[in-house]
Formats: sequence, structure tokens, C-alpha cells
Amino acid sequence: MADEERKIEEQEEEPIPAWQLFYDNIMLLFFFGVAVPTLVYTVWGLMEIVQIPDLPSYSP
Amino acid sequence: MEFRTCSFTGLKIHKPAEDLIKWNVITAVLFLTLGGLMGLLIGITRWPSVHYLDPTYYYRYLTLHGFDALLVWIIFFEVALVHFTSAVLLNTRTVIPSAGWIAYSLMLIGAIFVNITTFAGKADVLFTSYVPLKASGVYYTGVIIFAVGALTAFGHFFANIIQAKRDGAYKHSLPLGSFGMAAASIIAVVTLAHGAVIMIPTLLWSIGLIKYLDPGTYRLIFWGLGHPSQQINVCAMVAAWYMVSAFVLGGKPVNEKLSRTAFVLYIFFINVASEHHLLVDPIFSNWHKIINTSYVMHLAVFASMVHAFAIPASMEVALREKGYTNGLFEWLKKAPWGNPAFSGTFLSIIGFGFLGGTTGVIAGTEQFNIIRHNTFFITGHFHGTVVVGTTLAFMAFSYLLMPYIFKRELIMPRLASVQPYLYFIGVSMVSIGMMAAGALGVPRRHWDITFSGAPFSFTFDPSVDMFLSIMGLGTLLAVFAGVIYVVVIIGSALFGRRVAP
Amino acid sequence: MAIKEPERIWWKPYTWDEKFWVAVALLWMLTTFTFMPVYHFIGKQNPPFETYRVRNPEQFTALVDAMVEKYKVGEEEGIPVVHPEPGSDVFLQASMWQWYPILQLEKGKTYRIHVYSLDIVHGMSILPINMNFMVLPDYDYVLTLTPTTSGEYHIVCNEYCGLGHHMMVGKLYVK
Repeated sequence: MADEERKIEEQEEEPIPAWQLFYDNIMLLFFFGVAVPTLVYTVWGLMEIVQIPDLPSYSP
Repeated sequence: MEFRTCSFTGLKIHKPAEDLIKWNVITAVLFLTLGGLMGLLIGITRWPSVHYLDPTYYYRYLTLHGFDALLVWIIFFEVALVHFTSAVLLNTRTVIPSAGWIAYSLMLIGAIFVNITTFAGKADVLFTSYVPLKASGVYYTGVIIFAVGALTAFGHFFANIIQAKRDGAYKHSLPLGSFGMAAASIIAVVTLAHGAVIMIPTLLWSIGLIKYLDPGTYRLIFWGLGHPSQQINVCAMVAAWYMVSAFVLGGKPVNEKLSRTAFVLYIFFINVASEHHLLVDPIFSNWHKIINTSYVMHLAVFASMVHAFAIPASMEVALREKGYTNGLFEWLKKAPWGNPAFSGTFLSIIGFGFLGGTTGVIAGTEQFNIIRHNTFFITGHFHGTVVVGTTLAFMAFSYLLMPYIFKRELIMPRLASVQPYLYFIGVSMVSIGMMAAGALGVPRRHWDITFSGAPFSFTFDPSVDMFLSIMGLGTLLAVFAGVIYVVVIIGSALFGRRVAP
Repeated sequence: MAIKEPERIWWKPYTWDEKFWVAVALLWMLTTFTFMPVYHFIGKQNPPFETYRVRNPEQFTALVDAMVEKYKVGEEEGIPVVHPEPGSDVFLQASMWQWYPILQLEKGKTYRIHVYSLDIVHGMSILPINMNFMVLPDYDYVLTLTPTTSGEYHIVCNEYCGLGHHMMVGKLYVK
């Protein structure tokens, strides 16, 4: 019994790959999930809206 | 604590979670009924030889169809999935059930506000309510209350999984089904936050506290609500596909890494597709359009391609393990086609991929959008994604919830087993009819394409009549199948034979 | 299983069929993506992005009225038909439920068509060629275009704009 437990513990010590840790970190995914669309879509879009020039005067 | 063990799945089910799932599912189905009824009325109005409603009621019921079928039915069902994947699937409890009930009540109150205001004719602004088109303040209040309720409900997901980890319900990784709903919940937060940011000023504007609201900004932020709310569906739907494959066939993801990567790509990139609505707007630069409309280099589309590979593969592997190994396709032939949970899921995958997904990617290309924007093609596209895809997937999943959660057998199992096929054929006809008519220029959200009363009249290609008739016939078939669904689900929930405990 | 916690380490290499599919899908996606900006430079039809903010609706109305007064060549159903100078700035105004005025353009000449809405959001759908643009209040959208086929076109509103939405039909001629 004791041997088996030790074996399991040894297995547990095999490090979990960094990418897997990243995928398991829901809060970190949450941060990127909010940040990416907010910056790429919303903030960029709002910046373009405020930069629109006024209609120049024309002489048709 | 009050737990029971499900005799089918062996899952430990927490009583409050079970109650929340039941009420959210039933409420969802009731709103689907209402939305479907509106769909019938507007569908046969757009069928030229019937042209049923007058314009006032056409636009009023179109507003309600959008709100009830696109938002209320789907989000209530997703809240049921939130509790299913963050508590039931982890054999653990739903924390603070009262928060779940508060969320449920808020969503219900908000939805009722919107429905009553719209029925009363105070909000004929369609689902998008583009400013400066103005509805009664009660309408926007209803939308905000609904959104706050939904935000609370999706917040519940995170509370549940944090507590579950503390309780040791899972060690490192969520099951894939829960991971998919985590993606859905993250996207929901982005979506509903955009909703709050735009709907609160719109409410203030409608009651006169704010003088001016910029129509361009409204469109930008509204679509941060409107389109991502459909991306919640995509994630929830894909999660449901994986779960049905597992429950019905015992299938497991062929490669967790592959499937999870696809969900992570959804989380990061799928939301920017809101740009699809702004491609022929003034204001935005071409780079804003290109980067956003392509989901950042089509990486979220790539994710869908991965799921399209992984889910059928998991089904195939599971069926081959059952011994159906002759030839290339014996596993497909011997799949449980009579089980509505399976057939609904399979048809949902086919329909979402070929009818909805591909057409969306095409119409979402900057240059193609010029010849598709606001035509009936777009309506056809999203009936492919939201109805054939999400609605059918949720219908299929609810057939599983009947024994697992409601502890009832299906009434009329024969009828239930043909329902997904009828619904699939009906909605596909709607979708294809709309897309064909739209490709010839027929506008969406339009009461009369013969332009009665207009100073000039335009005549569409005569084949348009045929395509719109296909749509009309499809509407009747889909509504028929929808009625079967509602009768089976509500009937089973109330009168189905109780399954052995 | 999608309904159970996976094994402790699930970050494992792909099998050959997975690798193959990922490669095909990724290549396909990057190709379709790359073609968007590429077509932007080599293609002849791209969404225009020249926009101006209109602070005062009268400023735009004045431009429309001046153009109508100077170039009016006829009238249909009470709406003036104008034949503006080829290659010039042309103004088209949307309102509930009218496109004003009727433009008469010359084939092969390039025009800068300013579209603008006086009241709420409209959609400009040029039929039967089925080209669609959004028309917003407070924004002047400049469509630089060269008509290549002569004929009679209709402009239909394809964004819901109230009960008369289906009556909002205008005309456009290319000679």
C-alpha cells in the first residue's frame, strides 16, 4: 500500500506543462477574453469616431 | 446537503441546482413558444402570396420575435447550462442558490417589461433599436434589468467553479463541457457589459435626461452586445455538442488539447466579429474593419474548424469502440438516429457548419458585405447559425435533461424522435429561401417588397417569389416541429412517467 | 470524457491526422484572411471609408439645395432630377421616407456621392445590382464610385425606419 501511494505521489510530481496551466487558469483567460475585444473592437472604434473631421465647405 | 444520485449518469445532483435548471429550462421553452409564434406570423407575412399582417403588427412582432427567440429563450437555456456544467457535472453544489433565483427573477421581469411594452405598441424599434429611433423608457429599462439578471447568472458560473475547486470537486482542469461554458460565460460578461454601457445612456436619452446620443457610437457599442450574445450561443452550443456525444455515445474528446485550444481561441477572438454589422458603415477605417471582421486573422473560424473535426471524431471513436467497425461508415449508419438528443445534435452540427457558419464568414468579408449587407441573405445566415445551430442543439440537450434533471420519461417518444428532422428541414428551407432571395437584393426587415404606396416601384427577379415561398413553407414546417417540441417538453415535465429513482 | 475531469496531464502531442487537419485549416484561414487586405489594394470594389461629421443638418441641406438649383433637369413624382457636373461632389439625402434628389450620372465618370440622413438610420440599397451602404444621421459618407453600366436603378431603403419604410424608394440614372 505504502509503495503504491509513493508511486502516485511520484507521478504527481511530474510537472504540468505551462500551456495546460494557462488553459486551466480561468481568471487569466477571463482577463484576455475581456481585454482583447474591448481594445481591438471597442476602444479602437471609439478612437476612430472621435477623430472624424467635420464636413468641409463645398461650392457645388 | 441535499444531493441525489442520477440513475442514468451517476452524477450527484444538488437539489437547488436541479430546481434552478428546471425553472430556467421551462421559462426558456415558454419564451421560445412566444418567439416561435411571432416567427410564424412574420414568416407568413414575408411569404408574398399570404402577406398576412399589416405593417404596424409586422414590425411589432418582428421586434418581439428578435427579443424572445434570439435573446430570452437562448439566455434562459444557457443559464440552465451554467448550473448544469458548474455544479451537476462537477458533482458539487450551486453556491448561494438565492443569487440564482435573483438572477432568474430579474431576467423574467426584464423580459416581461419588454414584451408588455412592445405588445402595447410603445417600442416598435426592432431588436436593434438604433438611435435616434426612440422607444418608451420602459423598454430600455426592461432590457437593462434582463441584462443585469443575465450578468448575475453568468457570474454564478465563476462563483461555482471557484467553490468547486475549494471543495475538491475537481483538481486541475474543468471537464470539457464546463470549460466550454466557461468560455461562454467569459464572452457573456463582455457582451452584457457592452449592453450596460450603451443601454443606460439610451434609457436616459429616451426619458429626456440626455439630449444627444451619437448614432455611430450607438451602433458600435450596441453590436458589442448584439453580436457577441450570439457568440455565447456558439460556445454553449459547442459545449452541448461535446456533452451529448459523451452522454449518449460515451464519446470523449479525441484530444483535450485540440478542443480546449479551440475554445481559448473563441474566448480571445470571436467577439470582435461584431464588426460584421459595421462593414458598410461610415466612420471605421479599413484596418479596423479587416482586423475585426476577420476575427483577428480568422483564428476564431479556425477554432470552429477544429470543433468540426473533433466532435464527429469523438462520435466515431465512441461508436467504433461499440464494435461498429466495418468499412468506413458503419459507425455512422449504426448511430442512434432514433434518439432525438443525438439526431438533434448531429443535425445542428451539419446545419451550423454548412448553412450558418460558412455563409457568415463569406458575408463577413469586407468586399462581399457590400452585396449582402441588410439583405435577406443575412437573415438566412443567422437562422442557419442561431436556429438550426443553437436552438436545435439546445432542443436536443433538453431531451437529455428530461430524464437526468426532471426525472421524467419523454411523453410521445415516437413524435419526439422525428422532431429534430422536421425542425431541421423546416428551418433549413427558411434559411435557404431567405439567402437565395437576399442574393437577389430582397431587403431584410421589410414589410412589402412590392413597395405599395411608394413613388417609384422596383420589381425583383421573378424567382424571388419562389424562394420566399420556400421560406414560407419552411416556416410552417418549422413551427409544426416547434409545436411538437414544446408539447413534448412541457408535457413530459408535467405528466411524463417518473423514472425509477 | 467531456463530462469528466480529464487525466492529470492532457497536454499531449497531436496525432498525424490532427496535425494534418490543423495545418489544412490554419493555411486555409490565413489565405482567406490575407486576401482581404490584398484585395483592398488590387480589387476594384471596396467599402469606402471617407467620412465627415455633420454638426448642423442645415449645412448638408444647403449643399443639396444648391446642387438641385444649379443642375436640375427635370422632375419625377415631385422629386427633382439633377444632372451634376461629371467628376464632381454629389449630394444625396435620406429622410423618412424619401431619397432626395434623383441623380443622373454619366457612365465612366467618377463621382464623389455624399450620402447623409436627416433623421434616423437608413440603408441605401442600389438595385438591381444589389450594392448596400448604411446611411447615418450626423455622418456624411462619401462613396467614390464610377458607374460602369448605363440604365435605370432604384434605391431602396433596407434599414427599418418606421411604418413607411417600404415606401422609401428612390431612383438613379446612369447615361
